[in-house]
Amino acid sequence: MDNKIYSINGPVVKLKNTRDFSMLEMVFVGNKKLIGEVISADSSETTIQVYESTSGLRPGEPVVGTGAPMSVTLGPGIISNIFDGIQRPLRDIKEISGRYIDDGIEANPIDVQKQYDVTLKVKVGDELTGGSIYASCPETPIITHYCMLSPLLEGKVTWTAPDGKYKVNDTVCKIEDSRGETHELTLCQKWPIRTPRPVVERMPISMPLITGQRIIDTVLPIAKGGTAAIPGGFGTGKTMTQHQLAKWCDADIIVYIGCGERGNEMTQVLEEFSQLIDPKTQRPLTDRTVLIANTSNMPVAAREASIYTGITLAEYYRDMGYHIAIMADSTSRWAEALREISGRLEEMPAEEGFPAYLPSRLSEFYERAGYMKTLNGKEGSVSIIGAVSPQGADFSEPVTQNTKRFVRCFWALDKSLAYARHYPAISWTASYSEYVGDLSDYYNRNAGEDFLPMRQEISNILIEENKLMEIVKLIGSDVLPDSQKLVIDMARVVRVGFLQQNAFHKDDTFVPLSKQKDMMDAILTLYKRADDALNKGVTMSEIRDTGMFERLIKMKYEIPNDKPEMFNTLKGDINAAFDEICKKAAERSGV
Amino acid sequence: MSFLQYKGLSEINGPLVAIDHVKDVSYDEVALIKLSDGSERPARVVEISGDKAVLQVFDGTKGLSLQNTKTRFSGKPMEIPLSEEILGRVFNGSGKPIDGLGDVYPEKFADINGKPLNPVSRIYPENYIRTGISSIDCLMTLIRGQKLPVFSGSGLSHNKLAVQIVRQAQIADKNNQEFAIVFGAMGVKNDVADYFKRSFDESGVRQKVVMFMNMSNDPIIERILTPRCALTAAEYLAFEKNMHILVILTDITSYCEALREFSSSKGEIPGRKGYPGYLYSDLASLYERAGIAEGSTGSVTQIPILTMPNDDITHPIPDLTGYITEGQIVLDRGLDQTGVYPPVSVLPSLSRLMKDGIGEGFTRADHSAVANQLFAAYAKVQDARSLASVIGEEELSEIDRQYIVFGEQFEKHFICQGFDEDRQLDETLDLGWELLSLLPRSELDRVDDELLEQHYNNENAIMKFLSDTEE
Repeated sequence: MDNKIYSINGPVVKLKNTRDFSMLEMVFVGNKKLIGEVISADSSETTIQVYESTSGLRPGEPVVGTGAPMSVTLGPGIISNIFDGIQRPLRDIKEISGRYIDDGIEANPIDVQKQYDVTLKVKVGDELTGGSIYASCPETPIITHYCMLSPLLEGKVTWTAPDGKYKVNDTVCKIEDSRGETHELTLCQKWPIRTPRPVVERMPISMPLITGQRIIDTVLPIAKGGTAAIPGGFGTGKTMTQHQLAKWCDADIIVYIGCGERGNEMTQVLEEFSQLIDPKTQRPLTDRTVLIANTSNMPVAAREASIYTGITLAEYYRDMGYHIAIMADSTSRWAEALREISGRLEEMPAEEGFPAYLPSRLSEFYERAGYMKTLNGKEGSVSIIGAVSPQGADFSEPVTQNTKRFVRCFWALDKSLAYARHYPAISWTASYSEYVGDLSDYYNRNAGEDFLPMRQEISNILIEENKLMEIVKLIGSDVLPDSQKLVIDMARVVRVGFLQQNAFHKDDTFVPLSKQKDMMDAILTLYKRADDALNKGVTMSEIRDTGMFERLIKMKYEIPNDKPEMFNTLKGDINAAFDEICKKAAERSGV
Repeated sequence: MSFLQYKGLSEINGPLVAIDHVKDVSYDEVALIKLSDGSERPARVVEISGDKAVLQVFDGTKGLSLQNTKTRFSGKPMEIPLSEEILGRVFNGSGKPIDGLGDVYPEKFADINGKPLNPVSRIYPENYIRTGISSIDCLMTLIRGQKLPVFSGSGLSHNKLAVQIVRQAQIADKNNQEFAIVFGAMGVKNDVADYFKRSFDESGVRQKVVMFMNMSNDPIIERILTPRCALTAAEYLAFEKNMHILVILTDITSYCEALREFSSSKGEIPGRKGYPGYLYSDLASLYERAGIAEGSTGSVTQIPILTMPNDDITHPIPDLTGYITEGQIVLDRGLDQTGVYPPVSVLPSLSRLMKDGIGEGFTRADHSAVANQLFAAYAKVQDARSLASVIGEEELSEIDRQYIVFGEQFEKHFICQGFDEDRQLDETLDLGWELLSLLPRSELDRVDDELLEQHYNNENAIMKFLSDTEE
């Protein structure tokens, strides 16, 4: 029976009297074959959300089911690519429709013409289970792609192709399952985006995701397999922070989801990442990056799907044993897409017009992160870093509040820091990370037993300053005793010299953990010597006149990342300077 | 065009009408409603359900009855005629000429809704536009292809600022590429519209301006079309005629209110403050039409102006705008009251694209250093001022007092400038250094020593700024 459109309202299309469609099935809508998804079905009415503009659609045009849920194609050719929210490759769309994105374009998500050097990993007679690797090929110069049996299949290998060059849709292996059915395996497979890919088990968190950003690695660390939220009003640097993490964090693969954000930003990522060289692999960053760009002016339903598309791609590479970091910019736009569609469906709204299922959708998304043991026995992780754009920079709004419940790392961006151009504008008072405890073993082993105590001392200075500022705001800093003035001066060194980091400086943009520790060490040495000097009768102005505060503030620029020995000179200078003023003070009191 | 005409309407509700028993009508298509007195009103299909179509009437439903109309559907979405002749012309909010010079002879028709630009086809903007206004050029540099809104309040000098930008902006390259201005007025007062017209005349750019005018007493549905018509014209001139286009849209607040009115008459579930849940997507469909695209040498730069209701930057309109646009220029009532023009509030203002469009090869090598240091120093001025308001200026520490002096001079000489004053970039940056030199050298922690060696001159600064204040 032909199914025809009955009504159209924005991206929502309804059909009457049909029982042909299943929930979340992908459908083609209208003569232009727009892509849509069934979002509710009852005996009288079927509702479909359409992922493309419905302009020009008429009632009576046909709707055709595909019999499968919204799925992505998984296979070599994903890395370095740029997709829209439903995995259509934007470069191919440009070839087809030029500078603008037309409706109803059909394009293969991955290049089906390209040949890969495939090595078969199985032989006839092998028993395969879901997730088993049957072939591998180099996808980019740094990523080897492993073709894995779909988690839904198992069976005995009955035929394998010889090693050689194959396209993604060529059959390279055949298996026979227990019912005697033969399955032909190519280099790619499909997977529904709203279903998490199965794993053997979730493993405990043990490794940090090293980002090279001091305030993150040292003060507010995130783990591999962890979740973090970056909330902040506009202009506080959410996107900049995510770009920095995408560039420098030590994940194997980055999935960058531009969800309802600016077109120019995606262009910037494209241009910048193809020029930047990854220090670890000496290859352009695009060799390890997948971009999903569903900008704010692209259809809203595809924006809703883009988050799931991204995480499914990430899970697929995790199953190969890679560590993936997902940047989702911004989850608020995704929540707004939910609200918009919910409004069109005339559902009963909960808080601020958001649907009542917002928290459960958010938790479903963040729970797909984790450090996992995969079906083929490897270990891989997906870490999610989601930007949140709170309305009116008010953190009490539903998206921020609900996100806070499901993430373990909260990097709150502060407007006043951003106004003073202190970047990254992560507030050290409003943010937290629950991973410090989980990661303490790693830090003790790899950064030394004294790393975490130092971190605590640095935090203490900031906490102390925060308390003192309450007083300073009321009566000014001149009336404070010298020991408290010192805390305020030291806190300035910590804030400007340590926490603030210049993304445009060649050394400061990425700082290894060892240098982070050396910097803390230098700051604490100065603090200890200055505190000691005050007790010996040295005045605060004498301490300031040593110029050591300014030198420490500039050490991030003046000491290159590959010259850690310069910290010894610096500490030597601090000690010499203080020896001298202490001596003077002793002479003074002696006389 | 179909020859079928539908007689009468089944329902009229605010700007919306419904027609029953229609056949073969598509979503978003345009219809013409003919009244019995012979006048015609265009309308657009906003919802179809079976054989019932809901239409939005652009010129309002006044005088419509259930019987006196004949409706004909065009089969096409809303389109406007375009050719290079549109330069210098004035249109109403839905693209009809209102300057008495007759219809445009079209080279092509274009759908006013536009299509999303493929991010892969965009070129990342990095050529700066000199506006001759120090605060903008130095601290929130405008880049060709950017969307940089002005957040203002009722009664502030945003219109004057916009005119100054239009007059002084060097949009075009040295190779004399053509530039033009597209002006979209949504719900503005007639006085304001006249002010813009007069200013364009006076500065001799009138022949380079395309105007789309929807006054505050014009129908609100037309207001929803106005920016779309303006941007369609801008895209045509930029991407097909390779011109550099500066689009000024004022006032976005009126536009959003029109959208709210339309949404509530349609019975949609409201989001924040009664604005429809899709306000973000709707605004994005306008703002994202700025940019530079491959295959053309033109560009679309947008300066939307919005008045923040009650000067509240967290109101949904400025809030959502700020999340879409690439920065913002915020005007401040306090500065305006002390006679500072343009009253640019420096700290909340920002240009996101600035970082890649300044420095060596674009503006000057020291640009980003001086801008960062000015921001940081001015942020401290605010701290010192709030402290002074509690404990009195006398009780401040020496450093804080120096910041207060710096703040005053910065506002007086850097932010404040004449309506006719067109400052060169070198002049602006040097002025920035001179002002920073009022502060002790140790306070300038965002700049490296080499630059300080070159530009820091405390004595000179005190001579220049402080001797004349004492007079």
